[in-house]
Amino acid sequence: MGVGIRVEKLNAWFGKTQALHEISMEAPANHATAVIGPSGCGKSTFVRCLNRMHETIPDARAAGQVLIGDLNVYNGTSAVQIRRRIGMVFQKPNPFPTMSIYDNVAAGLKLNGFRDHRRLDEIVERSLRFSALWDEVKDTLRKKSGASLSGGQQQRLCIARALAVEPEVLLMDEPCSALDPISTGKIEELIFQLKERFTIVIVTHNMQQASRVAEFTGFFLLGKLIEFDKTEKIFTNPSDKRTEDYVTGRFG
Amino acid sequence: MPGPQPVEKPELAVAAKAGAEPLIKAHSSEVPDRIFGFGMLACGLSVLALVCLIVYELITKSNLSWHAFGWKFFVQSEWDPVNEQFGALPFVYGTIVSSILALILAVPLAVGVGVFITEMCPRWLKGPLAFTTELLAAIPSVIYGLWAIFVLVPLLREYVQPFLARYLGWTGLFEGPPYGIGMLAAGIILAIMVVPIVSAITREVMTAVPQQQREAVLALGATRWEMIRTGVLRNARAGILGGVILGLGRALGETMAVTMVIGNRPEIARSLFAPGYTMASVIANEFTEATGDVYLSALVEVGLALFILTIIVNILAQILVWTVTRGTPARSHA
Amino acid sequence: MNSTHGSTVTVIPISLWRRTMNLVVTCAAAGSVILVLLPLGAIFGYLLYRGFGSINWAFLTQTPKPVGEPGGGMANAIAGSVYILLIASSMGVPVGIGAGIFLAEYGQNRLGNLIRFTADVLNGVPSIIVGIVAYGLVVLSQGHFSALAGGVALAIMMIPTITRTTEEMLLLVPNAVREAAYGLGVSRWRTTLSITLRTATSGVITGVMLAFARVAGETAPLLFTAFGNQYWNWKLNQPTAALSLQVFTYAISPFDEWHRQAWAGALILIVLIVFSVSAVRLAASRGMLKGAN
Repeated sequence: MGVGIRVEKLNAWFGKTQALHEISMEAPANHATAVIGPSGCGKSTFVRCLNRMHETIPDARAAGQVLIGDLNVYNGTSAVQIRRRIGMVFQKPNPFPTMSIYDNVAAGLKLNGFRDHRRLDEIVERSLRFSALWDEVKDTLRKKSGASLSGGQQQRLCIARALAVEPEVLLMDEPCSALDPISTGKIEELIFQLKERFTIVIVTHNMQQASRVAEFTGFFLLGKLIEFDKTEKIFTNPSDKRTEDYVTGRFG
Repeated sequence: MPGPQPVEKPELAVAAKAGAEPLIKAHSSEVPDRIFGFGMLACGLSVLALVCLIVYELITKSNLSWHAFGWKFFVQSEWDPVNEQFGALPFVYGTIVSSILALILAVPLAVGVGVFITEMCPRWLKGPLAFTTELLAAIPSVIYGLWAIFVLVPLLREYVQPFLARYLGWTGLFEGPPYGIGMLAAGIILAIMVVPIVSAITREVMTAVPQQQREAVLALGATRWEMIRTGVLRNARAGILGGVILGLGRALGETMAVTMVIGNRPEIARSLFAPGYTMASVIANEFTEATGDVYLSALVEVGLALFILTIIVNILAQILVWTVTRGTPARSHA
Repeated sequence: MNSTHGSTVTVIPISLWRRTMNLVVTCAAAGSVILVLLPLGAIFGYLLYRGFGSINWAFLTQTPKPVGEPGGGMANAIAGSVYILLIASSMGVPVGIGAGIFLAEYGQNRLGNLIRFTADVLNGVPSIIVGIVAYGLVVLSQGHFSALAGGVALAIMMIPTITRTTEEMLLLVPNAVREAAYGLGVSRWRTTLSITLRTATSGVITGVMLAFARVAGETAPLLFTAFGNQYWNWKLNQPTAALSLQVFTYAISPFDEWHRQAWAGALILIVLIVFSVSAVRLAASRGMLKGAN
């Protein structure tokens, strides 16, 4: 079962420039929440603050409260441990190039000390089934490298990799923007299924995608969270004029 | 809607979700990360430590000689181990003259090779040519020396030196008995060794000149040579100069090949036929036979001078090359 | 545009002088290429011509005979070179790779720049000076010439090359690969070793082999560290023969027999070096950097 995410007064900086201002919102468990907004509005930064990936950039920092279930992200627990409980899928698929498909999926477990080989086989198969990739790769698991798959398959491989460590939350940063429409469709199908077990936060610049996939949506502009509500409401009857301008295509 | 194969919902090991052991043990990586960071830092610092070590060793071991002779060490030309009188001028002279002679011979050739490979060469020839000039750089110094002793020197002695003496003897540079070994041989073998470096840098900086520069000049109706001259060489000037100075640095410190053909006589003579001695050669020849602390210290002092000379030359060269190619490797791309 | 009275476009002819200059320069450039390749051909030619005939089983398995006696070989020198190179690599490779990792992963700052600069400076230090330093450090403390001293000298020469090439190869690994690992909750040290370094492995090995080939032929730093030896030696603290040293000693000697063997030894040396340089180039051109896309 997934857990809910609660963000309170989150601020983030790149050096001296402030990128996020007092973001507060709540993403309910076992639902998908979309984060939309024009380029540069801070949506990627926001999501990367949830699993403390933001601070891997030199001179970047964040402050505020982020609660993932009972886990307090910014309160003392090491970033590495946080990231083991939160999965992330990136904009451009990034399978480990020197590893086979099997090793890619197993990477999160193996690199963190997991040793049980029999269970590993199980877990790899399960994760690949979850991400709808199993049938396509089951015969070449160990022979083909992760990088030899097509773009859409690579992204599903990355999803499988993220799922293998059994996170409770899955963060997706524009996962389909580098993919063709058919692969995009497959991944959106996936998100529907994944919602039942995980909580998903998905950044997207494609408003139709947000409305297809997510129950809740947050609209960001210039580092601030302008509006957060049920997706239906955001798209049909937004409260804020800026939101309305964006979703109707007046800018962005 | 035609979809992908329906996603099955395999049972997650429900036990795992019901609060049983997580798959990955929660352990902090703070300490190992710190240790690793320090380890890598130590390796990085060791590079600094090595240079400090070199400076330290050279200074302490040459102290004795420095105290005995002071600055006069570099202006006196008497190198007399028996009477413990050490003057390093002949070596300084020999090093500089042999290196400059090498550059005079090497630079036109190297730049020519660089220009040919970059601008004039048919595509299929580029790779093999570049490879072969790099092969020249891979030949160890001692093999150059071996070939020089048994092939170059007789050639000089039998044909080249008599020829030079007859037609150019009036310059004063080509007088005296044609031994074969001597400053001329050293200069020639050094030139051969320096060409690969200068040509590689020339190629690098010429390739770094953007194509638009060439096109702009060609569009004005220039011949190929004019295009190279104004569109490429002019822009690459600083870098090529840097390559030349880098070659100078290499020539200054070159030991084995020079030692084998320069004649090893600590004398200053105008003629290029005369034997000479370089800083690196005297160390190579006499270090293991140095009796007495002052003798050894004098040799180390020669080494210290050579070290300082090559460092200055190399730093100058690095700066010049960097200005054209923006030296540092590109930061990793996302 | 074309009238019946001929073309209306005026063409300025390129003067004879300019065309001649163009031709002259092209010939000069081509000429310099030939002039440069001549010694290369001559050197390899002579090595084969004078050295090939002397390479036989005896040469490869025997130690030198006393002065004046014909025969004997350079077996101990070949083995000694390998021995010294192994010692040098055991010190130079880990430190070099570590420094390269430092520069790539932790070194985008002033300290990193200082180390980079210093490594480049270190690359330019004449090898004989490195020999003096190793002499002072090792030979004087041990009390005799030794294989260890020779190894230390060569290690000092390997480190800057390996450092810079390792850094370069690691920086080619796209950041996305590191992020993927961090996203999975992999610690930094594990990411650097098991992911980043693993992706750059072929390139790093290329750099190591390059450094190896460079020091394999060095003579000057061994002159008063390893010093040379007529017999077999496997002890760390005793003088050891090396192929390059042996070639040097024989070449400057007055004995024809030794000259003959010098050519043979030189041929073996150059074959080994050319082999490693070619292998490196082959590996690089086959796109061994498969991680970098």
